[in-house]
Parts: sequence; structure tokens; C-alpha cells
Amino acid sequence: MSTNKPKLKTSAMIASIAGEGQRTASAPFGHALKKLAEERSDIVGMTADLAKYTDLHIFREAFPERFYQMGMAEQLLMGAAAGFAHEGAMPFVTTYAVFATRRAYDFMHQAIAEDNLNVKIACALPGLTTGYGPSHQAAEDLALMRAMPGMTVIDPCDALDIEQMVPAVADHKGPIYMRLLRGKVPMVLDEYDYKFELGKAKLIRDGRDVLVISSGIMTMRALEVAKELEADNVDVAVLHVPTIKPLDTSTILREAGRLGRLVVVAENHTTIGGLGEAIGTELLRAGVTPQFRQIALPDAFLDAGALPTLHDRYGISTEVMSNTIKNWVR
Amino acid sequence: METNTKSRAELAEHAYRIRRNALLMGEVQGQGYVGQALDIADVLAVAYCQEMKFRPEDPEWDGRDRFLLSNGHYAIALYAALIEAGIIPEEELETYGSDDSRLPMSGMASYTPGMEMSGGSLGQGLTIAVGHALGLKHKNSDSFVYTLFSDGELDEGAVWEALMSAAHWKLDNMIAIVDVNNQQADGPSSQIMAFEPLTEKMEAFGWFTQRVDGNDIEAVAAAFEAARKHPEAKPRMIIADTLMGCGVPFLEEREKNHFIRVDEHEWQLALSALEAGRKA
Repeated sequence: MSTNKPKLKTSAMIASIAGEGQRTASAPFGHALKKLAEERSDIVGMTADLAKYTDLHIFREAFPERFYQMGMAEQLLMGAAAGFAHEGAMPFVTTYAVFATRRAYDFMHQAIAEDNLNVKIACALPGLTTGYGPSHQAAEDLALMRAMPGMTVIDPCDALDIEQMVPAVADHKGPIYMRLLRGKVPMVLDEYDYKFELGKAKLIRDGRDVLVISSGIMTMRALEVAKELEADNVDVAVLHVPTIKPLDTSTILREAGRLGRLVVVAENHTTIGGLGEAIGTELLRAGVTPQFRQIALPDAFLDAGALPTLHDRYGISTEVMSNTIKNWVR
Repeated sequence: METNTKSRAELAEHAYRIRRNALLMGEVQGQGYVGQALDIADVLAVAYCQEMKFRPEDPEWDGRDRFLLSNGHYAIALYAALIEAGIIPEEELETYGSDDSRLPMSGMASYTPGMEMSGGSLGQGLTIAVGHALGLKHKNSDSFVYTLFSDGELDEGAVWEALMSAAHWKLDNMIAIVDVNNQQADGPSSQIMAFEPLTEKMEAFGWFTQRVDGNDIEAVAAAFEAARKHPEAKPRMIIADTLMGCGVPFLEEREKNHFIRVDEHEWQLALSALEAGRKA
């Protein structure tokens, strides 16, 4: 085999979202849950044949008697989590975002949310974080979960967010859907003066020209974009909104209402029903009408391919996002 | 309530009163799933008046046996049983299905004391029961989880997920009752989606399975007792073949429908017919 041949990019299911040379933490969710479970005996872990791929294996190894393998059966997973919660436990259940939100929606709605049960649903491969194709790409998970009454919805940015989120999620009484980044997860927010608080949006950096409001990995992208655009003399503020529901409307209105800035909502999610539409609606309701743009995935079945290729194609890579915003402010 | 063994006549009297409560509620609204309430009354009489342990004055008592109503449209039957069990006051049946009542037409956990789950989206009850059974074992409770579901629910894939997992986890604290009245929304269940041979299927799925005439109250009582006492570490299934409208001859004979029509003047006739059967 020729060594000159360029290495082909992969559309493998599991691909790290970490950039080359980026600092990462390994399995932040698994370690945070294990740590918390040492203090809280009510925590149990449940999964539908995806412990290894949701970092729940770390909990399983530490607490085998508190781990429940429900098989590849997401409806059962959600129903059983509801029953378990009724008996006083706090189940952390894991699967992929597509399977929880698309296959088991009614079970989360009726068995868990309707009864306000203390079930924490942590789902890997949110939005476009795999190149494996639409079967595993949860481009609409936030829209689905936002629409469910009583459900708190969280989209963490990085390993720090996840580490801090796990105890906060446990302290909250009621059902939570949290997007999960697993494996080697970028560590970004520790460079900033940041702490996760449930229900709070946080201004990570200020800037006079553009306000990017973002959640999840798009906050990481936005911070990279902000650094790149410094060279072009474009000053970018980044407001991180890890809690999608309930939305921190007052902080968002305050920042979006500051005059003279283009407001860009950036999300790893389809344009339909996610953070962008949620914020757009709140701005209109409040009569706050800045120049408003959306960076989001298209309303389409996404392609299979290597993740970097797809992030470029759909405009959520740092490079494409930088150019997009630069063109908007020109 | 202490577990004790009642005579056939005592159990039949409980079943009579459950049927009567259901008809009285049906009369309030001029409708209701009374066909199902009448067919399942014997099962509920045995469950609530003999087998299950609970405290009527404290429906949340942690030592209680759980009863999960998967087929939420049977709520009228369960309310009738909860009244007979002393968990809901009898006066409340007049509010059935009315605005702000604790007794909505479809069973919901947040509305009604003694209602353990929100049914209605059929096929969920067994999955939730699996969670209760795991949770009870996890906290070393010796309570049982009973769950009632209908033959129509066998069409739902999640039922079979739950059947597999209950056996996998050796949930010997789980007793499921499937009401085979052979009626679902679009017609006879066996024609909508063939489900027989049901006993063999349940056994193959790893359940200790009994099939009984669900309107022979002594047979039902014996099946419940055998289910509770069975020595193997397996979940327990009671397949109850029942007759829609049981106890009211003119409803038993009415053309079989998922939702049996009862005209306004017929409610009193139904109560009289039930009363006549009680004396017979």
C-alpha cells in the first residue's frame, strides 16, 4: 500500500468532535455520574444496549448493582425508568438521541413527563455529531423535546459543562433531557470565567459588532469564530445558552436588545423548532428586533460522510461560520 | 388490608358492588367503557378484596402492592374497585368524567388516589411495571406489582419488550393479567391481529402462565393465589378470558363492540338485571 495515498475521511458512527490538538477530557459524563453516585445512593443507571457508547460503562463498573441493562428496547427503557422513579430512585437513562426522541417519544411524554418523574435522559450523538447518516443524526431532537410539557432541555458545550451539569441535573426535581457528548470531549470553557447554572444563559465573551447566541458545541465554534474574526476587526460576543428549556429570556433580551449588534443564533440542530426559533419568538414577543440570522442545519435528511466534511457542508464548521458572519457584517 | 381467604359468595358480593359502581358511573355520563368494567369486575374483586395489601386511608403507603392499569379506558372499572376497597369515597362516583373530577374517563396517576400510572397510550403499562418491579427489588421490598392490560395491547411491540425483560430480570414480584375479551377498537382482537396461542407464547417468553375463565371468581382467586405462591423465579401471567358486559344479560348479548352503546333508559334496567343476577 502506498504511503503517499491521502488517508480517507471516515463516516464512522463514532467520531470525535474535538479538533486536532484540542484539549479534551475523557468520558466527562461517566466520571461525573460516578462521583455523584458515591454521594447519592438514589441514582441508578439504565441503558438500552449503549452503556459503552454513552460513557455509562464507567458508572456500571463502579456500581454494578445499580446498573440496569434493558436491552435494545428504548420504549421499555423509558417506561421502566418511570416505574423505577416511582419507587423513589433517580434513574439516569442513556441511549442515542435519535432513539430516545424519535422512537420512545410517547413513553417519555406519558410515562415520565406527565407524572413529573425524576428521570434524567442523557443522549449521545445529538444534532450532527456523527457522519453515519440520518438513522443516527438527531437533527430535530431539541424541537421534539422542547415541545414536551414539563421537560427541561439541556445542550452542553464541552467537558466542563457536562461535569458541572450532572450534579445540577440531579438537584433539579423533574424530568430532564440532556444532550450528551461522549468519549474524548473538548475542554473549552475552563479558559473563561464560566460556571454552569441550570436555566441560565452566560455571556462568555463580550463584543460590539456581533452577538452569537449559541448552545452545545456551537458555543465552542462561536468562540473559535470570535478569535478568528478579531483579525478582521469584527468584535464578536458569545452568549452561551446551555438550557434550551426553560429559556433564560431576560438575559437573552438584555443582550439582544443592546443596539448596533447583529444577532446570530447558532445551533447544532435543524432550523425548525430549536434555539433559533425559540429566541426569535421571544424577541418578537418583547418587541426587540435586531438584525437576526440563524446558523443551523437545514430541514433535510442529512448526508452521510466524514464529520468535518458535513460540518463544512452544512455551515457549522468554524471556517464556514466565520465566513458567513463576515459576509453578514460587511 | 390483611390477606385472607374469602368465600365464593363474599367475593361475588364484592364483584357485584364493583359492577354496580361502574354502572352508576356510566349512568352519570350516559356512557363509559361499562362492557369492559363488567367483564373485569371479578378480577378486580379478587385483586382488591382478597389478594393485594394496601391501606385504604394511606394509598401511598410504601408497603402496598402496586396495581398498574395499562388500559386506561378501564378506569371506570378501577374506580369502581377503588370505591369498593375504600380508597375513594362512594359519593365521588357522581363526579365521574365531570370537569375537575378526580375520576377522569381515562386513568391518570396525578388525578386519582390509588391510580399508579397514566394509562391510555396502550402498551405502556407492562414497561412501567417492569420498572416498579426492579425498583421494589432494588429497595428490598416484598410488595408485588400487578398490572392489567388488554388483549388488544398485545399488538404493541413494547409489550413484548417488557415480556422479555421481566423474564430476563426474573421478576417474580410481577403479576400481569391480560383481559382477553376479544374486543378492540376496530373489531374482535383475534381478527385485528392474531395473538393465539397465547399461553404457549407467554410460556415461551419465560412466564409462569395460567389461563382461566376470568368470570369464574373462584378460578380467578385460585389463579391469583397460585401466581403469588409460585416458587420459580419467573414473572407470572394470568390470561383471563372474559365476557363483555358480564352480569347484565342484555349487555352480554348485545352486538359486541369495543364501546357498548347503552341508551338512557337502559341504565336502570342494567342495574335491575345486575341485582336480579345477584339474588339468583
